[in-house]
Parts: sequence; structure tokens; C-alpha cells
Amino acid sequence: MAKKTAKKGSVRVRVTVFPRPEILDPQGKAIASALERVGFDKVSEVRAGKSFDLDLEGVTEADAREVAEKMADKLLANTVVEDYSVEILDAES
Amino acid sequence: MRCGVVTFPGSNCDHDVYHVLKHVLSQQVGFLWHDKADLKGAELVVLPGGFAYGDYLRGGALAALSPILEAVREHADNGGLVLGICNGFQVLLESGLLPGALRRNRSLRFECRDVFVQVERADTPWTEGYEEGRVLRLPIAHGEGNYVASEADLEVLEETGRVVFRYCDTDGNVDEESASNINGSQNAIAGIVSSEGNILGMMPHPERCSEAILGNDDGLALLATAVGAATEVLGLSR
Repeated sequence: MAKKTAKKGSVRVRVTVFPRPEILDPQGKAIASALERVGFDKVSEVRAGKSFDLDLEGVTEADAREVAEKMADKLLANTVVEDYSVEILDAES
Repeated sequence: MRCGVVTFPGSNCDHDVYHVLKHVLSQQVGFLWHDKADLKGAELVVLPGGFAYGDYLRGGALAALSPILEAVREHADNGGLVLGICNGFQVLLESGLLPGALRRNRSLRFECRDVFVQVERADTPWTEGYEEGRVLRLPIAHGEGNYVASEADLEVLEETGRVVFRYCDTDGNVDEESASNINGSQNAIAGIVSSEGNILGMMPHPERCSEAILGNDDGLALLATAVGAATEVLGLSR
């Protein structure tokens, strides 16, 4: 796991990507049934996604958000089947 | 015809395509390395199957941003022929050259077997060597071939007749819910073309069934048509 705080002068953003709600998530389904099998009987649904922590240098918090959204649109998420969200984890200027 | 087969790190069907184009169809063929935006004069560009860039992030996602794809995009924009097979189809979708995406197979398994597809359009630069409605037996080998598109894109594909191949049973019956739709694709879609028809993306592997000695040559007419050799190779009148 990466360090929690961003380097001085940089902004750490987290991009979280999930399959869209209307898209069947076979990985999530498989994980849910495995959890159920080992006794976690309260699990009604699992969605499997992924997240990316990025350190951006020399940008403001607002810029970092905008750049992260562009990166998500261009590469990190496939918006045909996935949604994403951007979160600023740490900004130090 | 001058043909180029793109090799990404992790491609593994590039030599199969090369072999069929060169040795079965007697075409000029060269490999095109991914990190140069240069098609070396290729008129037909093939994005082969495999695991480009190890399928990191998503299948085809990193390959779609590689230098060669800039050249492929320009070639396609000028009406040039581009064929994406399996992982190559993923690259075409990720690059936006064709609409939609491929999800994990409905079965959650890597499916490696022969399937049946119906030729829905026999008037494309790829399929003139077939009769419309013909059922082909083609091999597939993929974990993510479950085609999905937005409602709007799907409507356009269907209304403009851009679905070229659909999974079906041995008799040509198409049923999205049945096991014949091997990966669970929307509308049992196995292959689509661009609006101009010059780009074809498909999950099955025609290059793996192009020689009778290997037990099946149902895929040969596709590659032969693409290189303009259907008449000589298949003895067709058109």
C-alpha cells in the first residue's frame, strides 16, 4: 500500500472504477457466492471494482480533479460498461 | 495485396494470421511492431488475438493507446481495411474504432471450442465469399467475449445492418439466451463492421480454420475476400 500522504507540492487523487449498475458483474457474483459458501450469509450483493491512487505534481486541487476525470475517461475506465468517481485524498501546497 | 499483422507484446495469433495470408493466400505480409506509427504500406491491417500488454487494466485498453493505433486509425479513416480478431476486436472497441465493449463471459470461464456463427451480411469487404445465412463453424478462445453496447449504439448497429456474424446453433437458429450464444453477448453478436464496412471486429478466429488439412477451412473465405483473392482461391464467379 502506498504512503497515505502525497509528496509536498503534489496532490493525491483516487479514481474508483465500478461496473455500471445495469451491467452484470460476474466477478462480483462469483465473489458473493464464495462468501456465502464460507458462511457470510448476510451478503446480498457484491460489486467488484478497482481503484487507482495517483500523485499529481504542480497542480491545484481543482486541476487535479479535472485531470483525473480526463484520465478516467481516456483510459482508467471504459465508460461503455463502467462508472468512475474521483476523490482527493491529500493535497499539500 | 500488401498486408500488415500488428504485433503487440503479448500477441499470440500474429503468426497464425501471417501464415494464412502468406502461405495459403500467397499475399505480401509483414509484421508491424506496436511502438511505431507506421503501417509500411499495408492495405489490409490485422490486429490479431492474444493478450496485448498482458491484458493489463482491461483487454485491449493499453494497446488502444499504442503508437501503431494512430496509424491504424488514420488508415481506417481513409477507408483502409482493418480486421480485429478476438483480442484485436477488444483493441478496436477500446480505441473507439467500433462501438461497444466486451465483458467477462457469462459462464465466467475461458471458452475454447468450436462454435457456430451465421453470416448475416454477405455484402461486406469481408464476407462476399460466403452466402448470406450460411452457418460457419469457427473456433473461439476467450474469457471476455460477451459483447455489450449502449442501447443507442445497439440500435444503430441493428438498423444499419452492421452485425455481420451472430452465434447460432448448427441449424442457424439464433437464441441470445441459449448455450449457442457461447459468451452471453447482446443479440448474440459475434462480429460487427464499421459504418463504412472497412473495419471488422470479431471474436472467432478465421485464421485457425483456413486449411482443410487442419480439419476445417470455414474461415478461409473471409481472409481470401479481404485480400481480394476470393475468386482465385475459392473459385467464385463474383
